[in-house]
Amino acid sequence: MAEINIRRKPNIQHANPLAQTLLNKLDYDQLTNCMRCGFCLPACPTFRETGIEPESPRGRIALMKAVADGLMDPDQAFQDQMNHCLGCRACEPACPADVKYGALIEQTRDAIEAHAEHRAPVAGLRKLMFRGVFPKRASLKLLGGSMALYQKSGLRKLARGSGIMKLLPEHLREMERILPDATSKGVVERLGSFYPAKGEPIAKVALFRGCIMDVMFAGTNVNTVKLLSEAGFDVVIPESQACCGALHAHSGELAEARSLAKNNIAAFREAGVSYIVSNAGGCGALLVEYDHLLQEERDERLREDARWFASRVIDVSSLIMERGRVPRFTEGSGEAGAIAITYQDSCHLRNVMKSSDAPRKLLRSVEGAAYTEMKEADRCCGSAGIYNVTQPEMAGQLLKHKMEHASATQARYMLTSNPGCLLQMKLGIQKHAPETHMEALHIVDYLHERLQPAST
Amino acid sequence: MPKLKPELSQQLRSIVGDAYYREDREALVAHSYDGTPMLQSLPDGVIYPSSTAEVSAIMKVLHAHRVPLVSRGSGSNLCGGTVPVEGGIVMVMHRMNRILEIDEENLTATVQPGIITADYIAEIEARGLFYPPDPSSMKISTIGGNIAECSGGLRGLKYGTTKDYVIGLEAVLADGSVIRTGGKLMKDVAGYDLTKLLVGSEGTLAIITEATLKLIPPPKTKKTMLAMYRDLYGAARTVSRIIEARIIPATLEFMDNPTIRVVDDYAKLGLPRDMEAILLIEQDGDPESVERDIARIQGICEAERADRVEVAESREEAERLLTARRSAFTALARLRPTTILEDATVPRSRIADMVLRINEIARKYNVTIATFGHAGDGNLHPTATTDARDAEEIHRVEEAFAEIFEASIELGGTITGEHGVGLVKAPYLAWKVGEPGIEVMKGIKAAFDPHNLLNPGKIFAKQTKKRVVIQHG
Repeated sequence: MAEINIRRKPNIQHANPLAQTLLNKLDYDQLTNCMRCGFCLPACPTFRETGIEPESPRGRIALMKAVADGLMDPDQAFQDQMNHCLGCRACEPACPADVKYGALIEQTRDAIEAHAEHRAPVAGLRKLMFRGVFPKRASLKLLGGSMALYQKSGLRKLARGSGIMKLLPEHLREMERILPDATSKGVVERLGSFYPAKGEPIAKVALFRGCIMDVMFAGTNVNTVKLLSEAGFDVVIPESQACCGALHAHSGELAEARSLAKNNIAAFREAGVSYIVSNAGGCGALLVEYDHLLQEERDERLREDARWFASRVIDVSSLIMERGRVPRFTEGSGEAGAIAITYQDSCHLRNVMKSSDAPRKLLRSVEGAAYTEMKEADRCCGSAGIYNVTQPEMAGQLLKHKMEHASATQARYMLTSNPGCLLQMKLGIQKHAPETHMEALHIVDYLHERLQPAST
Repeated sequence: MPKLKPELSQQLRSIVGDAYYREDREALVAHSYDGTPMLQSLPDGVIYPSSTAEVSAIMKVLHAHRVPLVSRGSGSNLCGGTVPVEGGIVMVMHRMNRILEIDEENLTATVQPGIITADYIAEIEARGLFYPPDPSSMKISTIGGNIAECSGGLRGLKYGTTKDYVIGLEAVLADGSVIRTGGKLMKDVAGYDLTKLLVGSEGTLAIITEATLKLIPPPKTKKTMLAMYRDLYGAARTVSRIIEARIIPATLEFMDNPTIRVVDDYAKLGLPRDMEAILLIEQDGDPESVERDIARIQGICEAERADRVEVAESREEAERLLTARRSAFTALARLRPTTILEDATVPRSRIADMVLRINEIARKYNVTIATFGHAGDGNLHPTATTDARDAEEIHRVEEAFAEIFEASIELGGTITGEHGVGLVKAPYLAWKVGEPGIEVMKGIKAAFDPHNLLNPGKIFAKQTKKRVVIQHG
């Protein structure tokens, strides 16, 4: 029998260059820590959909280890399997041995990306988006401005009417329809870089405004600041902050993610705040892991700053619920009876930032609303960064199940805590529940609209 | 390079369709292991049947070519039972995952083997019925796997284990023929009891394709308590005294001091770190009898000088107590990279002796072994936390476990209470059943599977370990 060789990181030179890169980049201790108990399997959405072992965290780790150990080549099937993972991290809380699966899949994708030969248009687009647009504030504003122009000038109407959209694959056409109105005016342009607390300030906090968030959901950023102020926080918005780097890290662009992290740490360190507030689970999950992202940096001071930063990151719902003066929220009394509401977890908020109670508590506090827990609200909706664009088939299957559970709640409002999930929910309602009047909203926007200013 | 003849692969493909037979490297690697540490061996192919007819057709082909087969569910077992050590085909039963019938008149359920145990139990409980076996892996393990290994769990003491609930089976033999055993019958003495023989046969006698399971009415109420001891013997005597007093609790769990400390470090439950042992006790049934039993058990705990006894006032508090026990594996798994969890079992009157022996043996071999388990049925889980990459330490761990099995048998116990023999315990089986026992078992194996095609290399070791000579005095 081929009993596995017991050893430290194998001292082998792989003929396959990708295998060698994987061996270099993968955290071999984490690969060894997986004891293959299988507890992660039921938590994994792709395993639940397919029932196939390679589609599970245990299977994927076994494949990574097999490549590192020279038991198999990292062929196309291996690479496809790694890309098939949603990165929702639901396996991590389920793991008795505390295996850092998220780090392993990012290291694997980083290695794959280092050897990838993307077709010319894909390579160009990746470079443009990852290096030219997300990290650069000016480019984002330009993108926001052009999208706004496209959406408002009648060009969109023209594009939709002309049939030119038919050239796009169906899932992209569906996405285009649910995109919110973009803007070149972000939160700082609207509120300035400081917004004072209502009443006695509890603490000074900083808003992490995000890149996409500030272009596509600038209103949510504005509402976040106002809610924080209402809950008793002075809010600063450091202007030199950049994109968090999550999309880069999840797509195998770790070097770019690290450089963004360094920029952000410097920007917020200067602001000297008690908390760094995120309103997007996907961003927040990388922000709280900046210390891990930069743990191999040589500069001890930088690692210390990264720990300072990571320990202060908190989601807006948790900050208000746990540290703030929780405002009063009321549903308007237009309709008879309580308004049904439900909540879809952001995987990264739940599994990485460990915040699942706070948003629910806030929603349960809304007067005139009846909170209903959706079945499997903790399961990934299929959005997962750009997963719904790159893996439309699996994403579509997950969304279909999600909407069955969502419809069963008969909720009027479906609340989420992450822009990707929000768009996916909007898509889900459009595709699977158009007859229901259900509306998907960011929890911050929903709460802001229902805010009852304290009567003084 | 595929080791199987192309025509064989082609025949298998034509039975299940291209999508459900795989020989690619990814499939082979992902089916080369199970939940047992340090074991891995590649199969030559992986197949996913969808019906008994397909399983039968597959076995006819494999039988003709004399190719071995390992059938498996989720591969969560801890005895190496589903590692394909002799290559061949791995048959994954996940597609056969339906509940075929719930018969509320006879109180039986008929299911396919690939159904996840927790999903099955949820469905049963939604109908107001009860299926007691509750292996800790039930969120992922399959009913087929539970039957193959005769899984136990926390409720074994009062309600028995998987074997007590399997009353009928459909199974495919090595040559592809299909047999049915038992049925929806509470009484049946027609010939040898093949049903009971197949339960716990670890995939070596036949492939289970359908099972009829007994259901019972659920208990009306449940109460949970925790008893803490400074004296290990006090805790162990309590176990024996409860049984002597003719009280059978639903659950009677034990944690030793190293386990208490690790669990408290991990779960921060405020457990008493200075206690030598904790007992977690649950009783269920009619409200009056539960109250009476809990009061009597509390009395026994106090008479045996428990330092503190806490009875949960609410379901939430009970959950908190149960969390302590459930966290044991998780907490231990985080200590070191490799966690080896065994299931030595002794008569329940010998629990204290066994725990002391385990501690002595751990000291002797300088290894870390924490012990927790189902004290009420004598089933202990001595758990070594170690590192598979340290060959020298692993050797000491293996020596220590050999001596633990030896001690267990000396105390009238067995080498495995609920995980099965598989690959890991095969060298010790003769210690428990003796050479004549092994010969009878081999005869049974030959009657079912003369060419040794089903899960070869399991249960019967090529070499039996020599008994360790215990140094007395």
